[in-house]
Amino acid sequence: MLGESLALSAALFTIGVIGVLTRRNAIIVFMCVELMLNAVNLSFVALSRAYGATGQVFVIFVMTVAAAEAAVGLAIIISIFRHKKTVDLKDINLLRG
Amino acid sequence: MVEAHPLAETAARFVWWLPALPLIGFLVNGALAFVAAAKPGPADPSADSHGDAHGTDAHDAGHAHADDHGHGAHAPRHRFAAITSIVGPGVLVLAFGLAVAIFAAMRGVAEMPAPYVNVLFHWMPVGTLQLDAALQLDALSMVMVLVITGVGTLIHLFSVGYMQDDPGYPRYFAYLNLFVFFMLLLVLGANYVVTFVGWEGVGLCSYLLIGFWFSDTANADAGKKAFVVNRIGDFGFMVAMFLLFANLGTLNYADIAAQAGHLPAGGVVVTAICLFLFLGCAGKSAQIPLYIWLPDAMAGPTPVSALIHAATMVTAGVFLVARSSMLFALAPVACLTVALVGGATALFAATIGLKQWDIKKVLAYSTVSQLGYMFVGVGVGAYTAGVFHLVTHAFFKALLFLGSGSVIFAMHRAYHATGNHADDAQDMRNMGGLRQYMPVTWALMWIATLAIAGVPPFAGFFSKDEILGETFARAHGSTLADATLLGIHGSTVLYVVWILGLAAALLTAIYMTRMMLYTFHGPNRTGDAARPHLAEAPWIMTGPLVVLGVLSAAGGWLNLPEVVTNILPVGKAGALEHWLEPVVGGATSRIAAGAAPTAASTEELLIGVAVAIAVAGIAIAVVRLKPANLVPKPAAPPSTGFARVLENKWYVDEVYDATVVKPTYVASRAVLWKGVDVGLIDTLLVNGSAAAARFLGWVGSQLQSGQVGTYAWLLVIGAILVLRVFAHVS
Repeated sequence: MLGESLALSAALFTIGVIGVLTRRNAIIVFMCVELMLNAVNLSFVALSRAYGATGQVFVIFVMTVAAAEAAVGLAIIISIFRHKKTVDLKDINLLRG
Repeated sequence: MVEAHPLAETAARFVWWLPALPLIGFLVNGALAFVAAAKPGPADPSADSHGDAHGTDAHDAGHAHADDHGHGAHAPRHRFAAITSIVGPGVLVLAFGLAVAIFAAMRGVAEMPAPYVNVLFHWMPVGTLQLDAALQLDALSMVMVLVITGVGTLIHLFSVGYMQDDPGYPRYFAYLNLFVFFMLLLVLGANYVVTFVGWEGVGLCSYLLIGFWFSDTANADAGKKAFVVNRIGDFGFMVAMFLLFANLGTLNYADIAAQAGHLPAGGVVVTAICLFLFLGCAGKSAQIPLYIWLPDAMAGPTPVSALIHAATMVTAGVFLVARSSMLFALAPVACLTVALVGGATALFAATIGLKQWDIKKVLAYSTVSQLGYMFVGVGVGAYTAGVFHLVTHAFFKALLFLGSGSVIFAMHRAYHATGNHADDAQDMRNMGGLRQYMPVTWALMWIATLAIAGVPPFAGFFSKDEILGETFARAHGSTLADATLLGIHGSTVLYVVWILGLAAALLTAIYMTRMMLYTFHGPNRTGDAARPHLAEAPWIMTGPLVVLGVLSAAGGWLNLPEVVTNILPVGKAGALEHWLEPVVGGATSRIAAGAAPTAASTEELLIGVAVAIAVAGIAIAVVRLKPANLVPKPAAPPSTGFARVLENKWYVDEVYDATVVKPTYVASRAVLWKGVDVGLIDTLLVNGSAAAARFLGWVGSQLQSGQVGTYAWLLVIGAILVLRVFAHVS
């Protein structure tokens, strides 16, 4: 049971990573980041069944942070969209030094 | 040991004053030169006319007046000339007085158990290397001190007359005093390192004085040449010191004398030490192949040539071999090399001297040749004879150089008075017939010429004859005759050296007579305008000449051979030999072991041959040379054939230039400059590191694209790498 859960978690995480690396749309990249977070949450939950409740505490934390992150992140994306009329990451290089 | 030494309570305890006095002279004269340079006074020729508003007073007018009845167009005398004239020679007179007092004290001591060592301070106490700044008095250093201070005093006095109108007068005396300081350090040093300090110091002073008139590039170049060539020799000296320390663990003369026996006689080590020492001597004393700097050194003032490049500094090599006699006695191969190089130099330089026109160049090659004789002497283990020739040579060569200085002074003054700046005051083709204008100089220089040619009873005869006689005696039966040099039997080598010496003696008589005939005899070629201005130099210059003339005539009395004293009861035989016995006696008897004493009849025959050769040389020169046929230098035709080769010094300078100087220059340029400096250091290291930094920066800037995707990729790759490393660790 633990093995299957972790395998699913790893698969979801990998899908998230690939999405972050390959997609151009900021919203999709953002959703893939959420996917990665939730993949980790899944492994926490699976492991907490075997090793105690600590993992579930962490899941609560992650979900809290994820919620905050979603709020801030979406706000940034909207702000960028207003500014540039696009959310394509290829066109956004404001981090360039 | 020092307390018990019989000299400890005598004048010898002031031995450190000997070098200290000239050092004081150097400091005073150097300070005067500096002050004058920093604050040019009214009478200073370097002072600019409107730089001293306060200087235009009666003082200035007085100087101008004093110069009016002096030498007319001469630049005004240095304003410190009077002080310098007292301090410069004064310290030398005091030093000579002290030297005589110490000599008297040494004569008063019945026997010297060991050299008197005066330790000034512990200089380098480093591990097993215990070096003291110490002065050593023994018979050998005493002889050298007397020659240096005695002849040095005379030359300093002469310099007062010769140089006092020079703008750099205090600077000149500062250098000259400094030279005497270093020279005394050289001969008084109690270990090789103190001697080496003096050795380098006299080299420095030689450089400074050769280039004394440095505004002329040729003079500065001559100084540089002397310095560079001497570096080659100094390399040898230093290697010898390293070898000595590595093998004996000491550099003190006394300790080396005691321990030299630990080195295997004739072994590689002691031979190498001696040969490297001799390389140093060949540089300092102008022997083949390093003699080339000495003729060029004549660019300096003539009294400098007399003091440094004839009487004292160039004989330092001979002194060093004599000082190291305990080592050379163990290395027959090195001894034979020294003798052979000396003999070859004596003949080679004499051939060049035959065809030189510059009066100082003749004397320069003559000096090289005579130094060759000295090396023959110390090479065959006749240390007394070598040192004896050193002393007599100091007398007659100083006389010859100062005499030539007197001639040049007169010529220069005559040309100067007539405003002639084109003709060469040193070329013998412009002289001739000077006898009637300068009779004192003429007579004294003939004495010196007869002395150097080896005519009895003048000084050079006894010393030169003793060297040749000892060489002949060593050739049949001695440790040298039994040794082999490069497969050639030692006795063969010594006979060759003896023949070289005889041939050089013949040429010496010829070229010296030639010089005298062309300078003082025949018609005068100075020119009608300048002729009435030719006159004898002032007494301050001729006075020292007279003293040297007496010494050149009588110097042979220092060490009369028994053959002479048996016939004529004129003095004690072998006085110098007896005096030097404690220092070099052991080495001499070790080298001469097995030699049969030369029979009196053979010795008389040898003396007869030597005298005949000298007289024949003079006769050949008198008969063959026609001073009347000479024309002044500007009109003289270029010489042809072999004479041209000799006049151009066998083209040795050109050969060295092509084989050593040019390749060094080209290699320095192509490899060291273009290759190492420009290629390796500038391009690869300096510019290369800059380019590498710039490239890395470019790589970094390319990473920072602002593309979130790229950053994400890097983040993932980094995370994977970190995980991999942690996986390995755990």
